[in-house]
Amino acid sequence: MGHASLVMATQMSGIAAQQHAFPFLTAIILVPVFAAVLVAAIPRDARRLIRAVTLAAAIAVLGITAAVIDLFRSADGSYQMLSNHMWAPGLGISWTVGVDGISLFLVALTSLLFPLVLAGANARQNAKSFSVWMLLLEAGCLGSFLSLDLLMFFLFFEATLIPIYFLMVNWGHEGRNRAAMKFFVYTFLGSAFLLVGAIALAFMHQNQTGVLTFDIRSLVHTHVSGTEGVLLMLAFTFAFAVKAPIWPFHTWSPDAYAEAPASASIILGGVMAKLGTYGIVRFDLELFPHATIMLAPVFLTLGVIGIIYGAMVAARQRDLKRLVAFSSLSHMGFIVIGAFALTGQSVSGAVVEMMNHGLYTAALFLLIAMIFRRTGTFEIPRLRGLQNCAPVMAGIFTLVMLASIGVPGLNGFVGEFLILAGTFSAHRWWAVVSILGVVVSAVYMLWAFQQVFHGSRDADSDAVPFRDVSTRERLVLVPLIVLIVFLGVYPKPVLDRIEPSVNQLIAHVHQVQSTGSSTVNALSPMEGK
Amino acid sequence: MIHSSFLIPLFPLVGFLILAAFGRRIGNPMAGWIATLMVLASFIVTVLVFASVAAEPASARLHVENWFTWLTAGQLSIGVGIQVDPLSLTMAMFITGISALIHCYSVGYMEHDEQFPKFFLYLNLFVFSMLMLVLGENLLITFLGWEGVGVCSYFLIAFWFTRPSAASAGKKAMIYNRVGDGGFLLALFLLIDKTHSLTFTTIFSRLSSLSSVDLAAVSLLLFVGAAGKSAQLPLFPWLADAMEGPTPVSALIHAATMVTAGVYLMCRVSPILHLAPDAGHVIAWIGVATAFIAATIGCAQTDIKKVLAYSTVSQLGYMFLAVGCGAYDAAIFLMLTHAFYKALLFLGSGSVIHAMGDEQDIKKMGSLRALMPLTSATFFIGWLSIAGVPPFSGFWAKGDVLSNAWVVSPALWVVGAFTAILTAYYMGRQYLLVFFGEPRWKETGEGSLHPHDAGWTMSMPLIVLAVLASFGGLINLPFGSHLTFLESWLAPVVGASQLHNTDSTLQLWLFGIADAVFAIGGATMALALWRNTVNRPALEPRFLSMAWFLDASIDRFIARPSSALALFGATIVDRQIIDGAVNGVAGLFKVGASKLRRVQTGYVRSYALVIIVGLVVMVAYFMIRSGL
Repeated sequence: MGHASLVMATQMSGIAAQQHAFPFLTAIILVPVFAAVLVAAIPRDARRLIRAVTLAAAIAVLGITAAVIDLFRSADGSYQMLSNHMWAPGLGISWTVGVDGISLFLVALTSLLFPLVLAGANARQNAKSFSVWMLLLEAGCLGSFLSLDLLMFFLFFEATLIPIYFLMVNWGHEGRNRAAMKFFVYTFLGSAFLLVGAIALAFMHQNQTGVLTFDIRSLVHTHVSGTEGVLLMLAFTFAFAVKAPIWPFHTWSPDAYAEAPASASIILGGVMAKLGTYGIVRFDLELFPHATIMLAPVFLTLGVIGIIYGAMVAARQRDLKRLVAFSSLSHMGFIVIGAFALTGQSVSGAVVEMMNHGLYTAALFLLIAMIFRRTGTFEIPRLRGLQNCAPVMAGIFTLVMLASIGVPGLNGFVGEFLILAGTFSAHRWWAVVSILGVVVSAVYMLWAFQQVFHGSRDADSDAVPFRDVSTRERLVLVPLIVLIVFLGVYPKPVLDRIEPSVNQLIAHVHQVQSTGSSTVNALSPMEGK
Repeated sequence: MIHSSFLIPLFPLVGFLILAAFGRRIGNPMAGWIATLMVLASFIVTVLVFASVAAEPASARLHVENWFTWLTAGQLSIGVGIQVDPLSLTMAMFITGISALIHCYSVGYMEHDEQFPKFFLYLNLFVFSMLMLVLGENLLITFLGWEGVGVCSYFLIAFWFTRPSAASAGKKAMIYNRVGDGGFLLALFLLIDKTHSLTFTTIFSRLSSLSSVDLAAVSLLLFVGAAGKSAQLPLFPWLADAMEGPTPVSALIHAATMVTAGVYLMCRVSPILHLAPDAGHVIAWIGVATAFIAATIGCAQTDIKKVLAYSTVSQLGYMFLAVGCGAYDAAIFLMLTHAFYKALLFLGSGSVIHAMGDEQDIKKMGSLRALMPLTSATFFIGWLSIAGVPPFSGFWAKGDVLSNAWVVSPALWVVGAFTAILTAYYMGRQYLLVFFGEPRWKETGEGSLHPHDAGWTMSMPLIVLAVLASFGGLINLPFGSHLTFLESWLAPVVGASQLHNTDSTLQLWLFGIADAVFAIGGATMALALWRNTVNRPALEPRFLSMAWFLDASIDRFIARPSSALALFGATIVDRQIIDGAVNGVAGLFKVGASKLRRVQTGYVRSYALVIIVGLVVMVAYFMIRSGL
């Protein structure tokens, strides 16, 4: 009965979704693709034109996203602004895009970070291919967050790999080839499992209903028995765990973050990491509630290990970008425990932390790129006393650092607090151990800040003046700083939009758990075959 | 007027924003005066609000104002707002009052500093955070202020960041506090889990849903937070290092206000502590042990500010002793008088340090009495107050704490009384070494020193504080209920949880005489031993000057092993074990693929081959399993 009414509610809200004359979500994905084609047609010498078109496209996407946020009905937890076009009917693949509270702010984050990266961390050489790859990467990321068709999601998820690979190889630092290859192979392997899982799930659904489809709104109702559920969930999660990354599948990330150019590091840490955690919340929880609850202790444990391990190892890094990579591993651990603690608070916290982590990580990478541009190094021991020459930069770095540590009043606190509060009520001891991460995060961040900004500069480096942030750099940082402060003080507009979707998801998970366990076995056609 | 109470934290916030935007253009000394004015305005509003609240009947002195919603998730909804009641007003009034004085002092003290505007920027942000801490209507706003003052403390300790010792001290303070914050956060989570709220009034009305274990856990976890912020055992080593900050910072943050936040928190949650008597005992014993240990350390320090730092730790220990005994009004009483005399002593030491050309070693001072008469006289009043010589303020406040400790356990009283003797002694040693004896600063060859009292910006606060330190006891004289103003004023907040001290007049007199004897005895000892002598190695053992080796032990047994573990994680576990496993698996595939195809085709193709083969196998498996 409860289950049936939930199904009804989901379908009703699908039908009742408002029809806009303009396909906003499709436009968000296609604008960067068209812009990429356009840029490809421009002669490579017209660098200013290339840059203008690229930036204009990214800003246009940001504009459309703003409209989407404005039109988004905050009390509605189901998918909104749906558009649905059959692609390959025989294979059950369709162009289905929609947005809900869980994806809305990841779309917003992506749409914001791309124009900032393009404005602030652009490539010096070969601007044309750089722009094309960046635009395609943006389309891939946005497509992943907006797809409601599992196969389409997979295609976008995979498609992000190619541009990021070329961005790393063509514009990266010394060890880029090896790092890019490792990243590519590792994540590609993960994706293979995802593809297998997706196809298997669709076949199981077809077997039960006679309809071949990859639409997750239908696949949600697939009856998955215990063993299959666990296997499928593990296949999906492996892909997401590599992408996020979750400990111990992270070893590609320090290399990749460090060797990638600033622009790619920002997107890797700020946006692409969220493809993994978004995948967990969207697909693991929704499609395999049974297996998720069963395996939750395992992933909670991995999350907690990641939190503490990431923070401790970060404290011993000599390279600023590697430090941020391990710090991200630690923060991804928080998101993972939030997702698997399966309470309204913790999952809301995880979703909001995905966006907040993107904001301060992007700001950190931008600042690190500015330091690199001036000194040519990421090595912490080779930097010292920058605060004397660049007080404004030091001030901004401090603010971003405090956000990342999770000081209340700044955005990093909101997610961390909700995650831990929610986890504490459902899985107390995991939350208690995670608190250690709160302590250690202050250690590595303050240590790095002291090394880089405090003290006095060496006599020989005094010869080369270290400029403070330029006006242009300030313009790039200001939106991030404003959001870091605003979302720390007044996160309510965001939480209000996230919460209905999260509540619906949690209700779905617990409903399947309480009513589904017996019926699944009875209904499952696979039993006994 | 009560509805204007939002102005109390708003003024310093506005000051902060003005200085953040235009600080460097406003410059020296205007930036300092703007900051001072903002805090003064805040003080005036607080006094006006105080007057209108005091005019109300005692039972109606609680006003909660909610401004907007901060966090919501599920049943939990946490607002941003303030609670105006006798406790928060008392705190706000002494914070804004002392802050205004210290801002004024700083205009003089920092006048030659290059980062002058930034100093006042941080100070105003600190005052704003501190006011949010004490005015917050729920524990999360308290926590916001708590972290805010911690961050400002970090900024201000590391203010002279080019000095590596200052930078490290700032970091150390933040990390120690973070340990305490861990406890604070866990207490919040437990309260959210049980009461679905963090609003004080709501929590207190739902305490029945907490088991006795929960109550003890919440009390002790909050105390862990308080121990971090208020430098109690074993989390006090950071406070001595915090003396790297400019002296007005030490006076304001690390003596008068921020470090008492833990005591405030304990008083604020007194209804919870009241239900957890065992936790109270733990707190009382940790408090009195801290008081004693820090006092012994104070006896052997040679840095003028470190003597005062350990003295602060010791006095805070007394406050927690009072809290643990349930004597919340005694804790607040001591907090207020301590704020007066300790701020006075710190500002006096700042004048001395200024006059000595930034020398802080008391062994290199001496005989400043005649050259700096005002500083010497006010410092003398500070000494008598903290020592507990009647009728100075410290006598009344410390007496209040000790007589309550006796009610709970005479053993607590014995340790506390012995510490009182030590207090009078170590402060006497400091006073005598600085202001009496030979002018040892002449020996160092710097004939250019001409010590003298400072200008009015620095002298005026000294005088005001000396008056307060002398007569502060008047707010709570133990001669009948018509004279215990503070106790009656705080009764609506802490009265229900308060320990009932039924000492008779005779007992009060006996305690008073005993306290006076301890104070005068300690002071006499100091006079006899340090009047004309500079070095007494037997009285300054290394064990004490090294602060019981607590800092060194924490470094040796916690910090360094953790660091080594982190290095092991970074180099061995991450690079060799986890990454090694990944590379090993990849290598196996590579070898397998190349043998299979007999040609080395490079990474991408061989990986792709393996992946595709694997993919086909898996798809086939699932197709067979699902019956296709």
